[in-house]
Amino acid sequence: MQKTFIAQNPSVLWFLATLGLFTCIVALMSEATGVDLISTSFLKTLGKTLCLCLIAIAMDVVWGYCGILSLGHFAFFGIGGYAIGMWLMYARTEAIVVPNLMAQTIPPTPQEISDAIGNQIFGVVGSSEFPMIWTFADNLLVQMLMVVLVPGFLALIFGWLAFRSRVTGVYLSILTQAMTLALSLYLFQNDSGLRGNNGLSGLQNIPGFEGAPQATISLVFFVASAFALAFSYVFFAWVVSGKMGSVVKGIRDNEARVRFLGYHVESYKLFIFTITAIVSGIAGALYYPQAGIINPGEIAPIASIYLAVWVAIGGRGRLYGAVIGAAFVSLLSSWFTGGGAPDINLGFYTVQWTDWWLVLLGVSFVAVTLFFPKGIGGLFDYLVRKPS
Amino acid sequence: MRHVFLVLALWLSTLAAAQAEGLQDILQKHAAEVAKPSRKNVGVVLDALVSSGLPKVPLFLEHWSDKNIWQRADGVFFFAKVNGSQLSFTDLDSDKVAIAPKSGFKQLKPNGGVRRAIGTSLVQFQLSDPNLERRENAVASIARRPEAAQLAPLLASVAGETDARLKARKAQLANFLSARFAKRPKDRIAAIKSMTKDTSVEARSTLNQILAVEPGVSSEQPIGNIARILDPMKAPDAFYGQLVDAGLANPMTPPGAIRAALKDNVIDGRVGGFGLAQLSNPDIRKAAYLQLATKGSVPALVTEQTLTKALEQHVFFEVYTEKNPEITAAAEAALGSVESRVAFAQTVDLALDGMSLASIYFLAAIGLAITFGVMGVINMAHGEFIMMGAYTGYVVQLFVPDYTLSLIVALPLAFAITFGAGVTMERLVIRHLYHRPLETLLATFGISIALQQLAKNIFGTQARPLTSPGWLDGAWVISDVIQISYIRIAIFVMALLFLALIVFVLKRTRLGLEVRAVTQNPGMAASMGINPDRINMLTFGLGSGIAGIAGVAIGLYAKVTSEMGADYIVQSFMTVVVGGVGNVWGTLAGASLIGFFQKGIEWLNPSNTLAAQTYMILFIILFIQFRPKGIVALKGRVAAD
Repeated sequence: MQKTFIAQNPSVLWFLATLGLFTCIVALMSEATGVDLISTSFLKTLGKTLCLCLIAIAMDVVWGYCGILSLGHFAFFGIGGYAIGMWLMYARTEAIVVPNLMAQTIPPTPQEISDAIGNQIFGVVGSSEFPMIWTFADNLLVQMLMVVLVPGFLALIFGWLAFRSRVTGVYLSILTQAMTLALSLYLFQNDSGLRGNNGLSGLQNIPGFEGAPQATISLVFFVASAFALAFSYVFFAWVVSGKMGSVVKGIRDNEARVRFLGYHVESYKLFIFTITAIVSGIAGALYYPQAGIINPGEIAPIASIYLAVWVAIGGRGRLYGAVIGAAFVSLLSSWFTGGGAPDINLGFYTVQWTDWWLVLLGVSFVAVTLFFPKGIGGLFDYLVRKPS
Repeated sequence: MRHVFLVLALWLSTLAAAQAEGLQDILQKHAAEVAKPSRKNVGVVLDALVSSGLPKVPLFLEHWSDKNIWQRADGVFFFAKVNGSQLSFTDLDSDKVAIAPKSGFKQLKPNGGVRRAIGTSLVQFQLSDPNLERRENAVASIARRPEAAQLAPLLASVAGETDARLKARKAQLANFLSARFAKRPKDRIAAIKSMTKDTSVEARSTLNQILAVEPGVSSEQPIGNIARILDPMKAPDAFYGQLVDAGLANPMTPPGAIRAALKDNVIDGRVGGFGLAQLSNPDIRKAAYLQLATKGSVPALVTEQTLTKALEQHVFFEVYTEKNPEITAAAEAALGSVESRVAFAQTVDLALDGMSLASIYFLAAIGLAITFGVMGVINMAHGEFIMMGAYTGYVVQLFVPDYTLSLIVALPLAFAITFGAGVTMERLVIRHLYHRPLETLLATFGISIALQQLAKNIFGTQARPLTSPGWLDGAWVISDVIQISYIRIAIFVMALLFLALIVFVLKRTRLGLEVRAVTQNPGMAASMGINPDRINMLTFGLGSGIAGIAGVAIGLYAKVTSEMGADYIVQSFMTVVVGGVGNVWGTLAGASLIGFFQKGIEWLNPSNTLAAQTYMILFIILFIQFRPKGIVALKGRVAAD
């Protein structure tokens, strides 16, 4: 008799339970419920970490399960953020500008409203016209669709071009790096229509809820991120189990053999690549309203490499490993670079962690790759001794 | 006979007496203009002084310009030097010196415009000054502000010029001035024709000044020396503005003006027959405005149709300020030929720049290509090895003050240090990660982060100087358009040297043979008795060593910071990916392709270097579709596949 999905993957239940408990505790302790043990800014950090865990799961699926080391997945994260940011910025500027205009003697024409909003948004780059990509920026539904469609489409095209010509291994990784570099360079220009270097700002103000305090909004986003994480975890756990999962893991282990067995390897790779890109986009759309600002520097090549670092340290090939790695390393990183770690006085030199954290990270990354290839998640193997 | 002599002597003495009209006398005749000169009236005095031919005139003009001429209370002018509260003044004609208190004198202070006019007249004398430097300065000042009056004296001074270079320069400058200011059109056309081969900026600017245009508009066919007829539909608003300025049409009414006019005419919550609430509709606004226009309270509405009709009824043209069409035709022909030569020269300059960029990319990437070819690992810390080489150069320059010697020391030292670092990295890290190229990529990335931060901690975030020796300063200037700096030529030469060295090592030495064998098939090579471990170690060291030397070279011409590696790592990757792996010629081809392509895109879009990089990366992504293994790929069954 076939075991149910849950029975085959008990780790899913454990994960969901842990996540649920964590969310409830944090929600209860936050400002919004009156118990002010967790400040709003820390709540936002936790919410952002959950989004990073989400994209880490996606990275784990594309790398740990399918063997495609994509060093450009953060680009999709950024695209999701920009897509939702466009609506947030437009709607908020509209909410500010329109009452102003309406209060004047002559009521404004639709063209004047649009011009005023455009001026407000794009004045900083010296233009006031709306670029073409902002055509649907006033429509929440369309922009939410774009969060899903644009990264998916980009991944589809790029993946199809790459996998079709059998580009694999290091070459592919370099190409994905090139892709994210090209995208970030393009976005830095002012005429890409996304405000260049200034990025989109003020994203923490949700139009329609101007009266709500930030504490409540942060809590809502936190809970939403937790839900997204839980849902995606279950979804990906289902994808990588069963027959599809076996083929995908086979592609990771030996692509040529899987091809000779008759499977169309390119389609599987393309599917995994695209679906993980879409999930990354969704993660970005949840992340950037909590961060409040998005800027092309976020999708620099190094960001995607950090993503690989998190997944490697946490443990590839297991979904909870990616979550652990992302949460652990990013929280640790902000603790060290934020000055939270105490300085070590060696007598002749004081080790200031703001300067030396990256050295520590680099060296630990090398150590993990050499000596702990299974990452932190490998520790769980000791807990779950399977009867041999 | 004696009477004749007497008469002659008397006549000559009267002549001499008449010519004894001194400098002072001329000045007194124009006393008002000398005392209070303005740019307009000073010309009279200057002409009188120059035409008098007196030898003291140039000196007087210099003193006047330097504010050393004083006027006494009785109106006589003197050259004077201040001595405390006294003035030691010299008579202009007799050179007699005397002292008097300053209070009886007034200093003449000509303003900037007058000084320029004095300078122009002075230049004529300075052109024949015995001092070479003064002559050169005079020629340079004419070149800065050419004027018609300077043509004749310049031409006159060419023949007597002793210095050959200055003579050629004077002749060239005289040519330019003749093109613009000569009296006879024939002379001007001849001068213009002689400029067809001159690509210098000066020649082009002279021709452009001859071809200066003014915009014009009229309702009938234009007359005069017309340059071109313009199509107003290309920028209707701008051309309509021209009509408005010429008084031939009503001013435009943009939406802002309509709105402002409506606001001014609101009466009791209504305007133009419509309620205020209805005015959010642009058509209703227009109707309201038209209502007001018929009543006469606002200027007439200028719609798209009126605008287009007005534009169609007029002819817009550009007319040459130069009236003679023969001259403008000759100038256009000359300019056309000059510009095609300039375009050709620009292509050559671009090619030189592209070659120089390609050589830099080649140097940066060749180490990476070698290690990737032999070991199949991409070393993401390659950029940091380049940085290490550059910092080595900086440190050596701190201890060795002579720049040439410091370079001679730095190059082998950088090689040694980065060779050692490479070998260490290989032994400690990479050796354990064979057959796991993706993990090697990530491990080397970890090292790269650590090294970058370490460098930042040791050397700080500021850019450090790596100075090139004096004999590398400056540039090789072929013409106004084509020039290349000596440092870039040096880097190009170094790249060629390395190319030769590496090809020699790979093709003619035992080590090279073993490296090639391990590249093609490590298992088989091991079976033949070659130790792949040792070869890997040496190759990695060699690749890193070359990166170190490349770092010194790059540091000479770019900034040395802890992040300079990151700038070149992406380009190095691109070079390796495009050029193919395992073959030096492939890397050369890849570097050339990328270097020329990047320069080409920069030329097409000079204001936007970011766009150049974006397009180049897109091009590479597409290129890989057609040649996934790069330009020069290893043929046959390669074990790594």
